[in-house]
Amino acid sequence: MYGMGILKGLGITIKHFFATYTDEIRYGLRKYTKAVDNFQIRQGPETKGIFTSMYPDEKIAVPERFRFVPFLVVNDDDHPDAPGADWCTACGICAKVCPPQCIWIVRASDPNTGRPVPRPDEFYIDIDICMNCGFCMEFCPFDAIKMDHDYELASYDRTTVHIHDHERLIKPFSYWKSIAPTTATEEAEARGGWEHIDVIKERKKREAAAARAAAAAQPAAAPAPQASTAAETPAAADVAAPVAEAVADAPAPVVDEAEEERKKAERLAKREAALARKKAKQEGGDN
Amino acid sequence: MSSKELDLKHVHDTEFPLPAEMQGNVAVTSLSRIYNWSRRSSMWPMLFGLACCAIEMIGTAASRFDLSRFGMEVMRATPRQSDLMIVSGTVTKKMIVPIVRLYNQMPEPKYILAMGACASGGGPFKEGYNVVSGIDKYLPVDVYVPGCPPTPQALLYGLIALQKKIDGQSLANLDDVPWYGVGPSEPAPIPILGPDIIDPRQMDLIRRQAELAARGEPTYVRELPPVVKKVKAVPSKVTKAAAAAPAEIAEDPRREEILKRRLAALARKRARDAAKAN
Amino acid sequence: MVDHAAEPVETLKTGTPEDAAAYLLEKFPGAVSADTRPGFQGVIVDPAKLVEVAQTIKDELGYDFLSSATAVDYLGYGDHLEMVYHAYRISGGTALNFKAQTDRENAKLPSLVGVWRGADFQEREAYDLYGIHFDGHPNLKRILLWEGFDGHPMRKDWKEAYYEDELKPFDSRWPDGGGVHRSEEKNVFGKNVRYPADFDLAKLTDISEESLYKMAGVDVEMHAMDDGVRTDTLVVNMGPHHPSTHGVFRMIISLNGESINTLEPVMGYLHRNHEKIGERNTYLMNMPYTDRLDYLSSMGNNLGYAIAVEQLMALGPRYSPPTYRAEVIRVLMAELTRIVNHLWSIGFLLNDLGAFFTPMLYANNEREKILDFFEAASGSRMMCNYMRFGGVFKDIPERIKSMATMVNDRVRDYDTMQFLSQMINERLPRFIDEYDRYLTENEILRERCIGVGVLPAEDAINLSAVGPLLRGSGVAYDVRRAEPYSIYPELDFDIVVGKNGDIFDRYAVRMQEMRESLRILRQILPRLEQTKGEPIVSGTQAYSPRVPPGESYGRVENPKGELGYYVVSYGDDKGTQNPWRYHVRAPSFINLTALGPMTRGMKIADVVTILGSIDIVLGETDR
Repeated sequence: MYGMGILKGLGITIKHFFATYTDEIRYGLRKYTKAVDNFQIRQGPETKGIFTSMYPDEKIAVPERFRFVPFLVVNDDDHPDAPGADWCTACGICAKVCPPQCIWIVRASDPNTGRPVPRPDEFYIDIDICMNCGFCMEFCPFDAIKMDHDYELASYDRTTVHIHDHERLIKPFSYWKSIAPTTATEEAEARGGWEHIDVIKERKKREAAAARAAAAAQPAAAPAPQASTAAETPAAADVAAPVAEAVADAPAPVVDEAEEERKKAERLAKREAALARKKAKQEGGDN
Repeated sequence: MSSKELDLKHVHDTEFPLPAEMQGNVAVTSLSRIYNWSRRSSMWPMLFGLACCAIEMIGTAASRFDLSRFGMEVMRATPRQSDLMIVSGTVTKKMIVPIVRLYNQMPEPKYILAMGACASGGGPFKEGYNVVSGIDKYLPVDVYVPGCPPTPQALLYGLIALQKKIDGQSLANLDDVPWYGVGPSEPAPIPILGPDIIDPRQMDLIRRQAELAARGEPTYVRELPPVVKKVKAVPSKVTKAAAAAPAEIAEDPRREEILKRRLAALARKRARDAAKAN
Repeated sequence: MVDHAAEPVETLKTGTPEDAAAYLLEKFPGAVSADTRPGFQGVIVDPAKLVEVAQTIKDELGYDFLSSATAVDYLGYGDHLEMVYHAYRISGGTALNFKAQTDRENAKLPSLVGVWRGADFQEREAYDLYGIHFDGHPNLKRILLWEGFDGHPMRKDWKEAYYEDELKPFDSRWPDGGGVHRSEEKNVFGKNVRYPADFDLAKLTDISEESLYKMAGVDVEMHAMDDGVRTDTLVVNMGPHHPSTHGVFRMIISLNGESINTLEPVMGYLHRNHEKIGERNTYLMNMPYTDRLDYLSSMGNNLGYAIAVEQLMALGPRYSPPTYRAEVIRVLMAELTRIVNHLWSIGFLLNDLGAFFTPMLYANNEREKILDFFEAASGSRMMCNYMRFGGVFKDIPERIKSMATMVNDRVRDYDTMQFLSQMINERLPRFIDEYDRYLTENEILRERCIGVGVLPAEDAINLSAVGPLLRGSGVAYDVRRAEPYSIYPELDFDIVVGKNGDIFDRYAVRMQEMRESLRILRQILPRLEQTKGEPIVSGTQAYSPRVPPGESYGRVENPKGELGYYVVSYGDDKGTQNPWRYHVRAPSFINLTALGPMTRGMKIADVVTILGSIDIVLGETDR
C-alpha cells in the first residue's frame, strides 16, 4: 500500500521518542547523583540511542590519550632535589618534528663559556597554529612535552594569550600522572623510574660505580650497599612496586621496543646536537 | 567612545530624551540585565560551516551535546535571522568575500565566534597562499576557541564564555552596544579579489607600495621576505638582546648578500646535479 | 619484445603494465621512451603524439579508467613541467603510468578530455596551479583560485607572502627561537597578501565573479520553446554559503524554466594549499595534514598516505613492511571509518531531501560511539593522526578509560574489546537494520531518488567516477579487490553494486556497504584477539625518515572512493626528507566532474539531492 513506508518510518521515530522516556524512567533520579555508575552506562554502547551530557554540569571526561595543546613537564614543587626543574633539555626534536612549526625554543647557554646547556631559556607555542597532532609528545626522548587535557581555553583576545610562553606551558609531573596514569606508568617503566631520565641514568651510573667499588673492596658484602642506596632514594622505592606490576602486565616485546625507541631517539638527539654544533661552527667561519 | 567605564552621561548621547534632573540616576543596570539575559538566551547561530570544525559544530548541535540547552538550537541558514556567526574552519581568501557580505547582512546585535585554530589565527594552514590568517583580520571577533578542532565541549565552553561576555555588557556603554549609537553603523568593507586579496582599508598602504615600485625603489612586495637570521649558539645575554629587538635582525644589511650567496650556491648545486643526471 | 602484429588483442588487454609499455615503445618509436630515472616507472610520451598514445592505451590496451592526472615542476632538474597520468583497467590490476613533458616558459600540452572526460577537472587544476595550457580543453579556466589571481602557485619558484624557508623544519625555531613572531608581523600588509610588481590599483577590476557567470552562459540569447513561447535563460547561483552544499561549494546553474541547462561547479572556497604545504613538510609531517583532507574519514586518509610512502620506502635497502597486527588494526580503523562516513552521508542525503535533521541525528548517535573509540585509541575524535610508516601510532588501549581532571568531569571505563564487540555484533547491525526499515521503504525518498541523477556505467568510468558513485552505476570496482592492499585479500566480503546508477542505488550501495564493513569487522575481531601483544610497528620510528628516490602512487578505497597519493622523492640519490611532489587524488574532487552531466535536464530541486548522493567533502575537494 502506498504510504506504508512512511508510516513505518514514523513508527520508528515514535519508538525513539518513547525509548528516551523508558530509559529516563529506568534511571530515574539516579541520573542526578554523582556516585553511581549511571554515567558510564548511559554513555556506553548498551543504551538505546544516546544521552545528552549536561555540559558544564556534567562533563564527559576525556580519555587518557586525548590531545589538546601541549604543555611542558617540570618537577613537582615538593621534589627533594630540584623542585620545578625542567624536564626539557632543549634538544629541539619537538620543534623539528612539529608539522606547522609552532614551537620556538631558545636553548640556554652557559653565561661564561657560551656553550649550550640542556635546558630551555625560553619556550613558546603558538596555539593559533598548533594542530594538536601530538608528534612533539610522541618523539620527545625525555618525556618532557605532553598533550594537555584542558580544552577549556576560549578567550576574548588572542593577541595576548594565544602564544603560550614557558611560564604558561609548565605543569608539574604529578599533573601528567593524574591525567594519564597508564601512559605515565608505561613511560616511567621504560625510563626505569619516575624521575627524569638523566637523573635515573646518573643514579644508575653511580650505583654501578658504587657496586664496582664495593665489589673490589669487599666482595662478600656486596648486597649491603645496594640496600642502602634503595633506602637513600625513597622516590625510587616508592615507584618500585607499580613499576614491577607494569612489567608483569606489559608484554615483553613492547618494553624492548620502547626502550629501543628511546635509545634511538637519544642517539638521534646527540647526533643532532653534534650536527648543529658543527653547522654553527661552519657558519661562524663563513661570516 | 574610549572609556569602558560605566558613564551614565552617555545615555544622553543616544536619542533618548532624558530630563536633566534624571541624568545620572536612571536604573540602567537592571534594564541592561534583562536586555543581556534575553540576548544571550536566544542566540541563534548561522547555519554556516567552513571546514573540519563545522563537523564538530554539527556534533555540538546534535543529541549528545545539544546546543538547545543554551537557546541556540535554531540554526538559521540566512544571516538575516541570526545573531551569532560561528566561523568554523579555515577562512580562505576566496571565502572571506562572502563571509564579510554575510556578516554585513546580519542584523545587530551580532557576534562572531572564531572556532578553532584556523579561524583564530590561520592554524596549521597559515603559511598557505590562499589562507587568511584569522578572521579577525577582517571582522571583529568576540570569542576565540582554540583547538584543532575544538571538541564539542570546548566549543560549548566558548559559547558559555560568549554568554558571560554578554552578561557583562552595559546598555550605557556604547563600546559594548555600538548599535545604539547615533545613525546607522558602518558595514565592514568587502575585500576585493584582484591579483591577490585586497582590503579596501589598506588602499593607502597599497598605493604607497605601488608608488615605490613605480619609482623603482625597493618595496617589500614581490620580494622574498627577510630571511630570519640564524643566530649561532651565543651567550644568553646576547640572545636576550636579540629577542628584544627582532626588527634589527630583519634589517641586517648583510641579509641581501647572504641571500644572494645562498641562491647562487643552490643554483650551483642544481647545475651540478643536473650535470650528474645527464 | 612482443610482436604486436601477431599478438591477439585480448592478451594485450590483460597484460601487465610492462607488456603495455613494451607495446607502446614498439608502436610509437621515437615518440615513447621508457622513464629511466631511478625509482620511476612507466613511459614518457612526446606531447605531439600524446592524444594518439592515450587513445591506444585506452582502446587497444584496455586501460579504460584514468585515475589521476597531475603535474610536477622539475625546477632545477631539467627545468620542465611534467604531466603524470595513471591509468587503470576497471577489471583490476596495477597502473600504467605515462608522462608528458613541456618546458616551463611556454607550457603547453594537448588535452586528454577527448579520451577520458575524467581528465577535465584535473587538467584545469594543473592549469590553475602550474600554468600548463591544455590545447583542446573545452573549458580551461582556473578551478581552485579565482580568475585574475597572480601566478601559478604550485610552481617551485612561486613564493607565498608568509614564505619562510624552502623546507621544514625552519632554522628559526631552534636552538634560538627567541624571535618568536606571528608571520603577519613580518609582512607589510599584516596579512597573507602580496601584490605583483606591476600592480596598478587604478586599473584593477574584479573579474572573478564576471568570469564565472560568463562560464554559465549568462549572455545566452532568447530562444523559443516547443510551444513557441520565447524564454530567457535564468542563471541561479547556489553557494558558497548554502545549507545543502556540504560546505563551501558553489554552483552556477543556468535554467530553462525549472530544468537545468548547464551546471558549473565552482570550488576553491576551502583551497588551503595542502599540496604546497605538503611539499615543504617532511614525510611524517604530512600525516596529520592528511587528516584534514576528508575530515570525516581521517583514518582512511592516513592509511592511503602511509601506503604511498611505504611503497617508496620499499625501494630502499632497509625496509620492513608493517606487522600483521598493525595491518589488522589498520583495517579495523578503515572499516569503522567507512561506517562513520556512510552514516554521515546518508544522514545528510536525507537532510538534502528535506527530512531535516532527524535521520541525521540518529546516524550521528552511532557515529559518536565510534568516535569515542577513535578518541581513546588515537587521542582525537576526528583528526586521528593514527597511522605511521610501518604500523600505527600505538596499540589500541586495553580499556577505554578516562580520568576526571576537571570540575564536574564524569568518568567512563570500558573494556575495549568488549566495547568493540558490542558495537560490531550488536549495536551497529541493529541500528543499520532499523535505519534501513526507517528510510528505504519511504515513498517520498523513493520517488525523489529513483530515476533521478542517472549516471550510466560507461559514462561513470569515462568520467573517472569512483566509490559508491561508480558502484551505484553497476561497475564492480573497488580498490580493495582491484588492487588489494593490507590484509584485504584474506578477508571475505562482497563488492556492492547498484543497477540503474541513480540516487537511490547510491544510497542503497552505501547502506549495504556498511553491512559489508561489519562483515569485515566481525572477521577482524578474532584476529585482534589472536595478535594481542604483537608489535604494532615494524622497525623504529624516526621523526624525519629518509625516503629513497622514486615515485609512488598509493591508493586506497576510502569511503568516498579511490583516494590516491602521488608522492615523488627526488633530488638526492641518498633519499630525501621532504617530498618533491605530493599530490592527492581526491575522490570528492574528481567525482564532481560527473555532477554537470548528471544534472543536465534534471529539475532544479534535484540538484542538492544529486550533489548529496555524490557525497563530497570540501576539505578534500579543494585541498
